[in-house]
Amino acid sequence: MLEVQNLSMRFGGLLAVDEVSLDVQEHEIVSIIGPNGAGKTTVFNCMSGFYKPTGGKILFEGREVQGKPDYKISRLGMVRTFQHVRLFSQMTVVENLLVAQHRHLNTNLISGLIKTPSYRTKEQKSLDRAAYWLDRVGLLDLANREAGNLAYGQQRRLEIARCMVTEPKLLMLDEPAAGLNPAETKELNQLIVSLKEDYNVSVVLIEHDMSLVMDISDRINVINQGRPLASGTPEEIRQNDDVIKAYLGEA
Amino acid sequence: MAANNFRHALFCAFITLIISYPIIGFNLEAQGINVTLTGADASTIVMVLLAALIVFLFQMFREQIMGGLKSIPHPLPQSNKEPMAENRRAKIESWVLTGIVIFALFWPFLVSRGSVDLATLVLIYIMLALGLNVVVGLAGLLDLGYVAFYAVGAYTFALLSQYTGISFWLALPIGALLAALFGLVLGFPVLRLRGDYLAIVTLGFGEIIRILLNNWTTLTGGPNGIGGIPDPTLFGMEFGRRVKEEGNTSFHETFGIAYSGEHKVIFLYLIALVLAVFTALVIRRFMRMPVGRAWEALREDEIAARSLGLSRTAVKLSAFTIGAFFAGFAGTVFASKQGFISPESFVFLESAIILAIVVLGGMGSQIGVVLAAIAVTILPELAREFSEYRMLIFGAAMVLMMVWRPQGLMPMRRIHIELKRQE
Ligand SMILES: Nc1ncnc2c1ncn2[C@@H]1O[C@H](COP(=O)(O)OP(=O)(O)O)[C@@H](O)[C@H]1O
Ligand SMILES: [Mg+2]
Repeated sequence: MLEVQNLSMRFGGLLAVDEVSLDVQEHEIVSIIGPNGAGKTTVFNCMSGFYKPTGGKILFEGREVQGKPDYKISRLGMVRTFQHVRLFSQMTVVENLLVAQHRHLNTNLISGLIKTPSYRTKEQKSLDRAAYWLDRVGLLDLANREAGNLAYGQQRRLEIARCMVTEPKLLMLDEPAAGLNPAETKELNQLIVSLKEDYNVSVVLIEHDMSLVMDISDRINVINQGRPLASGTPEEIRQNDDVIKAYLGEA
Repeated sequence: MAANNFRHALFCAFITLIISYPIIGFNLEAQGINVTLTGADASTIVMVLLAALIVFLFQMFREQIMGGLKSIPHPLPQSNKEPMAENRRAKIESWVLTGIVIFALFWPFLVSRGSVDLATLVLIYIMLALGLNVVVGLAGLLDLGYVAFYAVGAYTFALLSQYTGISFWLALPIGALLAALFGLVLGFPVLRLRGDYLAIVTLGFGEIIRILLNNWTTLTGGPNGIGGIPDPTLFGMEFGRRVKEEGNTSFHETFGIAYSGEHKVIFLYLIALVLAVFTALVIRRFMRMPVGRAWEALREDEIAARSLGLSRTAVKLSAFTIGAFFAGFAGTVFASKQGFISPESFVFLESAIILAIVVLGGMGSQIGVVLAAIAVTILPELAREFSEYRMLIFGAAMVLMMVWRPQGLMPMRRIHIELKRQE
């Protein structure tokens, strides 16, 4: 469903991403790993439309999306989280999810002002969807807290729930386990697998936690200094000499 | 540390002296054609020295003073409580609001004409501040040229009445819509700007509109302004002593009561009241709708908002447009109240005052903004004898607020949303 072909991104003299290719099929979890500064987040930024890549193509469901504005890409069904959590921190937890559903509630101002029946139905539906996902990530009891006051692990889960209420086809997670304790990482592991199994969402995952990556990935892409180093199943990656030398060996 | 503090305090006191002594300590006196410099009398010089001493002491003990200020308990403690349950809150709010509105309805019949006139002005400022609150408080876009839209509303009515003899009631929506259109058009160039840059450019726009009104003499009359703006009518009844427009009747004759100038003032007050309540209710509703949440999301984190499919263009423009719409409303009422407008009513200071109301009241909070509008408009009137010091007091109040309660008088409270557990 997603195909990245020879993606390059240059910042002045720095070639942060150099001819990286990867593809994601439906019902698949694909990981991107590599040392810090390898260019993983930059790949995400290109895929989600924050950067206009200086070379290469990105095809989502057969359509070229590189260089499209970010909000349009998100509306196609590719949604991401951020390496550093980005919540609407002064808004409540449930409001965060309602913001994400603005398109399900895409009615004109007047029908919202006078609360037409169709507006009410749609509003109730988005509330129900929010309640469902909050329950799913264990935050329903905190629905009316300010998002900024949540514990770190809860903020991470809220960010994922906020993506899921948009009903995406492809979810891009940038280091979702960073800063989580082992128990939370285990929950995250189950959540990501369940997104794929129960909600039919494909996942692209950037992660440093090797046991998580090896456990849930269908395929793994390794990049190093912006260049693709290897790709394959977890088993293949584990045995790849280049990877062991460049990355796993250090750890 | 202490020595450092002492040196700093000494320096500040010295600066105070060299700035204020030449300005206040000497007088230029004209004697015939010669101008002589005379020293001010002793008491003035003592005052200057006293001021330097106060500056010195304040800087010396600044930490303690600021710490003391911060520790003054807030009248409305708002820790990280969860928002009040919606049904309870709605009940309390609707009772309080109904009470206030009923009081506001009957109050003008009990007080003097001057008070009612002032109250109308307060209501105009409430409308303006509620509108600016959308742009600054909710969408987080620092707009320093808001007064431009106020001017568009006022001049729309003034010009249309001058050239086409339009009535207040027709001018009201036209003025608001035209102001909204200006908001939309002026919104485009500043879409990419944020923070300081946005503030500077909007400030420029505000000035451009004012200078345009000032210099386009053939159309706007320039600095002379436009007069003869009609008063509102009530179902074709005029409030003047004599009927000006053909086909209208006069209020006092229709009801068989004696003519009184107060009728008109009270009627205008009631119109402003209805419009202010309308403004508050509409914006309140917006805040609970996707558009309102999108404004806040953009303020909180623009990148996250875009990653969720919100178009920055649409969200920002909607905030500018809706904010400007209500400024247009306020402008039309203002033109009708004054009967005469000139560019002088739309200077940057007006923008600054409206912004101060929003900041003092608490960004995003409607009740706070209403209270601050009342305070900022009425206090200077009560303290007429200090009117020379108005801006000084204003500035001091702002500084104190920023130290003591940076989130404003009544910070915005989140609404509680009831959720049902889904199966
Ligand atoms: N906007 C930018 N401007 C300039 N350089 C950037 C920008 N974004 C990322 N880089 C550089 O690109 C390289 C890759 O960064 P990043 O994609 O964040 O790495 P990773 O996520 O793999 O740790 C780094 O050297 C970083 O400094
Ligand atoms: Mg990164």
